[in-house]
Amino acid sequence: MNDGVRTSGGAPVPSQMWGRQVAAILRLELRRSFLGKRAVPIYLLAAAPVVLFAARAALPFRLEGEGLGQTSLIYAVFFQSFMLRMVIFFGCVGIFTALFRGEIQDRTLHYYFLAPARREVLVAGKYLAGLTMSSLLFAGASVLCYLLLCVPKGWGVVSEHLLRGPGLAQLAAYAGVATLACVGYGAVFLALGLFFRNVVVSSVGIAGWETINFLLPPLLKKVSVIHYLVSLCPVPVSEGPFALLAQPTPAALAVPGLLVVTGLLLWIAAWRLRRIEILYSSG
Amino acid sequence: MSEREIVFENVSKFYGEILGVNRVCLSLLPGVTSLVGPNGSGKSTLMNLMTGLLRPTRGRIRVLGMSPREPDLFRKLGYCAQYDSFPPGLTGYRFVHSYLRVHGYEGDAASSLAWQALERLNMTREAGRRIGSYSKGMRQRIKLAQAISHQPSVLVLDEPLNGLDPMGRAEVLSLLQELGRQGLHVILSSHILHEVDALSERVVILDSGTLVAEGAIHEVRREIRARPMQVLIRCSKPELLASKVFEQDHVVEVKMHADRGGLLVSTRDADRFYLLLNRIVIEQGIGIESVAPADEDVHALYQYLVGSGGETA
Repeated sequence: MNDGVRTSGGAPVPSQMWGRQVAAILRLELRRSFLGKRAVPIYLLAAAPVVLFAARAALPFRLEGEGLGQTSLIYAVFFQSFMLRMVIFFGCVGIFTALFRGEIQDRTLHYYFLAPARREVLVAGKYLAGLTMSSLLFAGASVLCYLLLCVPKGWGVVSEHLLRGPGLAQLAAYAGVATLACVGYGAVFLALGLFFRNVVVSSVGIAGWETINFLLPPLLKKVSVIHYLVSLCPVPVSEGPFALLAQPTPAALAVPGLLVVTGLLLWIAAWRLRRIEILYSSG
Repeated sequence: MSEREIVFENVSKFYGEILGVNRVCLSLLPGVTSLVGPNGSGKSTLMNLMTGLLRPTRGRIRVLGMSPREPDLFRKLGYCAQYDSFPPGLTGYRFVHSYLRVHGYEGDAASSLAWQALERLNMTREAGRRIGSYSKGMRQRIKLAQAISHQPSVLVLDEPLNGLDPMGRAEVLSLLQELGRQGLHVILSSHILHEVDALSERVVILDSGTLVAEGAIHEVRREIRARPMQVLIRCSKPELLASKVFEQDHVVEVKMHADRGGLLVSTRDADRFYLLLNRIVIEQGIGIESVAPADEDVHALYQYLVGSGGETA
């Protein structure tokens, strides 16, 4: 029998094979998870702020004396309090916990386990699928919201702000922070989906920790994702009178730090996946 | 240990305090092997252990010399599991093709293998439809197509005939027979004993997680000494033959056929009986139409060893 016709030109080296398998898992996951009914609440979540800002742009209501500086501040508050802490956080809960937990519920995980793919490769493929989807949706929604907030000022002012002012840099920074949020939260919730049958309780726990981050002493602040994300936001926002202040982590540390933590979480997820048995009846 | 065998060395599996299988030692050679036993006897557990979906609590499993935890084993192993579930939204073709890509095949190779598998299972016409719209029989076929698509040398099939209509069963049985002849390991469980009987060279009988018997069907039958072997003979002069064989101490019962054209002999020693039969036939000039063991099949073994009517699941 065929012992594995891998390529037309002979057997590939392992890294090539892993790359090919990651790409295959990515394609399959994008097709099965994100074109299905399960993705509808995620789309609605991502669309909610866009609809809100579209409505605001369509309505004649404006804050008194609202200039572009004021608009930037409004957006910064919206991005940090609503986009990061609500939309992206819960969007990532929905997307990344379902990557494995959804397959266990659907009783389809065994198809992957019966393929000659290392579990690390499976984690990587699924994570990249989740990351592709979440980044496109949430970084896209962040950019759209920013533009919709600027639109009522008129095209001339907006283009001036974007091309000659700080607009474009801010826009890129927000898109980058939204993507990094997906990177960090994605790894957290992918791992969580492998450890807990009911991810609601643990997700709410993490949401609570992230929410009270501003009240935490500086050392504990660093044991969170939101601290690094907020540090990277281009417009600082006051965290209120009760906040315990801490120096924002410089981007040169925040970005690699987040990536290292992400790598560690994915390694833990792969370790867990290697120990998982298929026992669908007990979840 | 041969690299052609599937070997269980003192394998036990517990689900918490519940026994899955207990101290199973067996060695399977290429060919068709049937796992039979009642509900909860451990058939699926054994299959899941063999395919690495479960890990043994104790003992060791080797499949073609490899551990079921080694990813490379799955280039050689295909498993059609009992779960009637599929990734949502995929067509039959996309389902088979996508997992071939996960195996590492490039697009063209995956496409060609997918179509070959679909053709073997007679699913080419339905390949473009979503699996969600398939009948139970079609879902079973597409699972089988996926399991054989990478052309494995070990094929493990948990209830592969479930949901298939009689025509479908015949086609699948013929395919499995052909794969067995080609030297593959085909290991299947089925509750339709007379169908797996026609197919199997060997049987593994399980009851309550324990291995009751294992081996070639006729060898297992001979080991069951408490039950005399039954031999069916169609011949001329059956009364004369009956009187001659009944004189022997190892022959415990002789029943004449209603049409007086043959007899059913029960003997405690089949080897001596066949020698005796040759001698009587020659000496008495009896014309033999056929001689066949009447209870050397999976169904009879199951009844003798496990003791129900043979409807397992």
